[in-house]
Amino acid sequence: MDIWTFGLTVALLGMGGTMLVLWVLSLLILLLKKIFPYQAAAAETKKG
Amino acid sequence: MESAVVSGLQGLVLGITHLGPGHVLMLAIGSTLLYLGIKKGYEPLLLVPIGFGAILVNIPLAGMMAEDGFLRFFYDVGVRTEVFPLLIFLGIGAMTDFQPLLENPKIILLGAAGQFGIFLTLLLALAVGFDKLDAVAVSIIGACDGPTAIYVSSKFAPHLLGAVSVAAYSYMSLVPLIQPPIMRLLTTDKERQIVMGSLKQPVSKTTKILFPIVVTIFASILAPKGAPLIGTVMLGNLMKESGVVDRLKNASENEITNIVTLLLGLCIGATMEADRFLQKQTLLVLGLGFIAISLDTVVGVLFGKLMCALTGGKINPLIGAAGISAFPMAARVAQIQGQRYNKKNYLLMHAMSANAGGQIGSVIAAAVMLSVLQGMGIVGG
Repeated sequence: MDIWTFGLTVALLGMGGTMLVLWVLSLLILLLKKIFPYQAAAAETKKG
Repeated sequence: MESAVVSGLQGLVLGITHLGPGHVLMLAIGSTLLYLGIKKGYEPLLLVPIGFGAILVNIPLAGMMAEDGFLRFFYDVGVRTEVFPLLIFLGIGAMTDFQPLLENPKIILLGAAGQFGIFLTLLLALAVGFDKLDAVAVSIIGACDGPTAIYVSSKFAPHLLGAVSVAAYSYMSLVPLIQPPIMRLLTTDKERQIVMGSLKQPVSKTTKILFPIVVTIFASILAPKGAPLIGTVMLGNLMKESGVVDRLKNASENEITNIVTLLLGLCIGATMEADRFLQKQTLLVLGLGFIAISLDTVVGVLFGKLMCALTGGKINPLIGAAGISAFPMAARVAQIQGQRYNKKNYLLMHAMSANAGGQIGSVIAAAVMLSVLQGMGIVGG
């Protein structure tokens, strides 16, 4: 494999892959927040 | 008796007779690193042991990196095995608060854009003549993350470890000087003055605990070669957020990190032997490292502009520059630049979100790169 095929492949898959993984992570965070929402009352009770 | 005295005296001057100009220059470079760390305060925790390691390894005939050398032992045990950077990641995870990111998850995309400098620099490194794996090691300076740079370069190009590490840590400490001109160049006055609303999305403890577990499973399945990197950061963070293993968390962020930082710094310095370091390649590595971090900033700010346009002007593009791993330095730079143009602008928490995204982004980018290389058959499985 010549260096340009190598370089362009790694660059494109790397940038695309990083963006894709982080985008899916952001969706997973939103999902977690939806399933386990913050409950102010519970937090206050714990503090008290 | 007379000949014994002469032989003994010869032994005392052997070091001097073997001292070459390369050694002298490297002793000066080691001393400069000490000066930058001690006097200027640039990453002293790393530059002091690196500088001292560079001095030790360039003492003629001391044999610090010989087969049975003092520094060689730590190098073989901790750097060649990649254990030292991974232990540092454990400490980083234990010290990092991902709350700003969890409050504002869409900002994580800026942490992806802030890694593009890695991949663009890979092309530049290939263009100037580095071979494939050397180019990968050089480009990883763009992760703007010392342990990631050390992990990747020790894996693929150990002969470049000294140059890559010095470049990574030096430029990280220079982020407040490198980023502002690029941020000003790429944004308009109007964009820099955008006020972002306050973050009022508290996160439950369960979410904070599940986050490192979910990230580890999901990201490691997608990029298995990066599982050691992702796993150690997230284990550290899980220990912090769970609140049930304070002793382990404290050990990770204090004792383990401190001991490993000392030994890792010495080992990096130990790779800076004159005949290996004083080459044209080192200058190229330093130059490409600077370009990598500049490109991270360029793409981060441009992506910030894109998000600004897509959200109808609700995102200040300056926070795009914080999508790198230099935490919390890059976030502070965005805050300072924002306030320069609008005294009532408080971008810090938003920039912290981007910065935390950059921390995860740098690890994910390295993991993706390793897995792509594995898939292409460039590195073993």
